[in-house]
Amino acid sequence: METAELVIGSENGNGSVNGAATPAGDLGRLPALVESLLFAAGRPVPISQLVEALDGPSRAEVLRALEHLTAVYERGGRGLRVVQVAGGWQLRTPAEHAPWVRRLLHERPPRLSRPTLETLAVVAYRQPCTRLEIEAVRGVDAEAVLTTLIERRLVRIVGRKEAPGRPLLYATTRDFLEVFGLPDLNALPPLRDLGDGAALLAATELEVAPEGVEVTRAPGEDV
Amino acid sequence: MSAPCTVRLPIFEGPLDLLLHLIKKNEVQITDIPIATITDQYLAMLEELPELNLDGAGEYLVMAATLMYIKSRMLLPQTGEDEEAEEDPRAELVQQLVEYQRFREVAVALGERNVLYRDVFAGPGEPAAPGSDDGEPPVRDASLGDLLDALRDVLQRLRPPRAHDIQREGLSIWECVSRILAGFVLSPRREFASLFTPEADRAEVIVIFLALLELIRVGVLRARQAERFGAIALELAVATVEEAAARVRDLGRNEWRGGEEGHGDGRVGDR
Repeated sequence: METAELVIGSENGNGSVNGAATPAGDLGRLPALVESLLFAAGRPVPISQLVEALDGPSRAEVLRALEHLTAVYERGGRGLRVVQVAGGWQLRTPAEHAPWVRRLLHERPPRLSRPTLETLAVVAYRQPCTRLEIEAVRGVDAEAVLTTLIERRLVRIVGRKEAPGRPLLYATTRDFLEVFGLPDLNALPPLRDLGDGAALLAATELEVAPEGVEVTRAPGEDV
Repeated sequence: MSAPCTVRLPIFEGPLDLLLHLIKKNEVQITDIPIATITDQYLAMLEELPELNLDGAGEYLVMAATLMYIKSRMLLPQTGEDEEAEEDPRAELVQQLVEYQRFREVAVALGERNVLYRDVFAGPGEPAAPGSDDGEPPVRDASLGDLLDALRDVLQRLRPPRAHDIQREGLSIWECVSRILAGFVLSPRREFASLFTPEADRAEVIVIFLALLELIRVGVLRARQAERFGAIALELAVATVEEAAARVRDLGRNEWRGGEEGHGDGRVGDR
């Protein structure tokens, strides 16, 4: 088997996606290589795996190549985007192309109902949490929704709480991060500060102002 | 008292949702709810929502009772003696509403994100690579949740049942225990997925899984996972397969009753 060796800075970026976009300069064909890896993997690839596969360039160089690629795709008006999701990097189609892609694939888009999203939100911010804790927030039974969420692999059972009855503890999955395009749990939209009743009411019409609010979140999984 | 309201019959996700709707409609502060008005409107809404399914109705009725209780407490004259009487009877409800409102907001924000396979698409991708081959030890014990995740993967990959399924010979947990242990004669480590043959049917997969759980429970096998959501590796927790088998016989015979004959409770094949 042939051993590929990559020397940074010795070659011109002739394999680059769009030579005109950004000067890849000293990165040589690294961005193009990284692009190939992301395409072939499909799933989000952690940067450590890219570094391992490339066997040569440093983590910092790979990161620069990723940022370069991201910019190239963004500015070049191309049909793909480089996104950071679920602890890795992935090539995805831009949202504005969704109607055409869906038509081609004949796929029914996943349905995310209000109970689904609300339950997911509680689990995401309160994890690991019990069914009772979810029900306390939403004021309705959560069993059916939780079952569906587990089937869809958005939520998983992570253990039992050391409390009377040893209730099951639920947490979000890596699929959850992937589906919602989150790099990690810290990227969740902020949860508004408690006690600001007036502001809350003003925002009842489902507009979310992300700035100036505090994120309160139970220590979650590190993905 | 209840003003005639044109109900567009929105679907409410529970009593808190309905209350927030009323608060918004009345343009009042969530922290200063006119409890009498809201209670009356709430009860009126309940009557106008005949579509309430029975499961949910209980929760709406509990809230109705809570509202009426708060209303009655608000009507009581303040004695001024009791310190607790100073507390607003609505406080707890307000807290609950505010809390629900916060999560409703982030739920909406989540729903508006670019959702995979709805708004954005990615290549199919290879399943995550199994643990490295260079003998690097996996880092942590797999939890029951991890094992269940792995089981779900296996079940999802099963072939769909044939139209005329021939009844198979039942398989006992005891038989599976022996079979799993036999697999460790050649190698001290096995992939979780390797326990299941492609021909296995659902019942078989589940018996094998139960057998595995037993082996882990009695401490002869360990399930290890290098990274969360990664492949699960099984390894002997005792020195040799013989030792494991002996331990299983000692510990297991009483509990699994059926023993080697396997006519006992462990049989699930014909269920």
